[in-house]
Amino acid sequence: MILIQNLNKSFGKLRVLQDLNLDIHNGKVTAILGPNGAGKTTLIKCLLGLVKPDSGSLKVNETSINGNAEYRHQIGYMPQIARYPDNLTVQEIIEMVKDIRGNPDETDEELYHAFGLESELLKKFKTLSGGNRQKVSAVLAFLFRPSVVFLDEPTAGLDPVSSSCLKDKIKREKDGGKTIILTSHIMSEIQELADKIVYIMDGDIQFEMTTSELLEATGEATLERAIARKMKGIAA
Amino acid sequence: MNTLKLIKYQLRDVLRSKWVFLYFLFFLVATDALFRFGGDGERVILSMMNIILLIIPLVSIMLGTMYLYNAREYIELMLSQPVKRSQLFIALFAALVLPMSTAVLLGVGLPFVWQGAIFTHAGSVLFLIFMGISLTVIFSSIAFFIALMTEDRIRGLGLSIVLWLFFAVVYDGLILLFIYFYSHYPLQQPVLILSMLNPLDLGRIALLIRFDASALMGFTGAVFQNFFGSTRGLLIVFAVMLTWMATPLLLGFRRFVMRDF
Repeated sequence: MILIQNLNKSFGKLRVLQDLNLDIHNGKVTAILGPNGAGKTTLIKCLLGLVKPDSGSLKVNETSINGNAEYRHQIGYMPQIARYPDNLTVQEIIEMVKDIRGNPDETDEELYHAFGLESELLKKFKTLSGGNRQKVSAVLAFLFRPSVVFLDEPTAGLDPVSSSCLKDKIKREKDGGKTIILTSHIMSEIQELADKIVYIMDGDIQFEMTTSELLEATGEATLERAIARKMKGIAA
Repeated sequence: MNTLKLIKYQLRDVLRSKWVFLYFLFFLVATDALFRFGGDGERVILSMMNIILLIIPLVSIMLGTMYLYNAREYIELMLSQPVKRSQLFIALFAALVLPMSTAVLLGVGLPFVWQGAIFTHAGSVLFLIFMGISLTVIFSSIAFFIALMTEDRIRGLGLSIVLWLFFAVVYDGLILLFIYFYSHYPLQQPVLILSMLNPLDLGRIALLIRFDASALMGFTGAVFQNFFGSTRGLLIVFAVMLTWMATPLLLGFRRFVMRDF
């Protein structure tokens, strides 16, 4: 459960988020969409505590985010570009994050096996390909069974097999009652995964509907067309 | 606890890259070579002083800036874990400064040990190494501050070079100019204060006085000798060096805790 109230953030003169209100419910996949530079990543970074909002309140599972770090035990995050220390091996990186999370017993290694990362364990991070870096980052996002997972363009750079592994994982976690927030530019992927679409433009929410509602309301077959039509309607 | 864990992994990463080792090797070879080219302890210390005052600030400020820029995505990832910003900052700084200081300590110290000069010049060698480590801390803090204030890498690195040039070259030029223009006035006090404001000058003068080379500096040298030679002067040197270490570090820390990533 995520509650965002009157969220404001400016970078200098640029107002990135303007008085944004949003509720995100448990057990759903929520897709945050919008044109480039609309404030999607900034919104996610506010929820992670990476970006400090100018005003407004943010709550994740009833805990206010006010510079405390403990609530992040409940959060998994897969960024657009992940970079860990270059000279550490994959094994050491996983070990490090486990160590910081207090070495919980019940880790979720499903993705790790699905991706076949065993063969990469002893390679240094700097020698990994872009796709394998994404895999490490995805594994870490789900490893500690967080109740909220943020995925920023999760399938970018993944091969089709790994990409569908990840999508299956997302569906399973949703059915298990996890809250999943994702951004992507691949509309077919959103159509496949998301229960709810939140469309952001100019720092505010333009519309917020379930995927099926959106398709019905616009009478289009694909999400890409539906959003294009919807945005035309708003502009007019 | 988290801080120590972070230091452990970060340190492992830093030690595996070759530059710390090269840095150590540079001091080791330079010090040993100076002995072999016929210097006695005293002369090696004076030559090493010049090398240290030039190289350490340059390497510390450049490496420190690049190190923090390179850690940018890593910082983002770690801050999305249950890690406090203060913990991560301390870990990042420690994992840079500890290996670099150790490189200075061992690189300069070891040749003195195996050449046997450590026994006759223990105080001076320790003072030299102390200055080296202080300069490492000072210029790494400045580097962190620059990298946290400037979003653009190229501009940050440029600023680092300019700042080093200022402290290493331009500042002395300005003092000479000042002395030249006001040569009719008694300048000992103002020059003393001005040299305190530059950690490099302060280091150089404190070392020269320590090594009794102040006779080379004429009347000003005598004034400096009076000041820096006393216990009170030495304490002030320590205090100023400490201020130089703490100020940019605290500013950088504040920035790190407040800023957006």
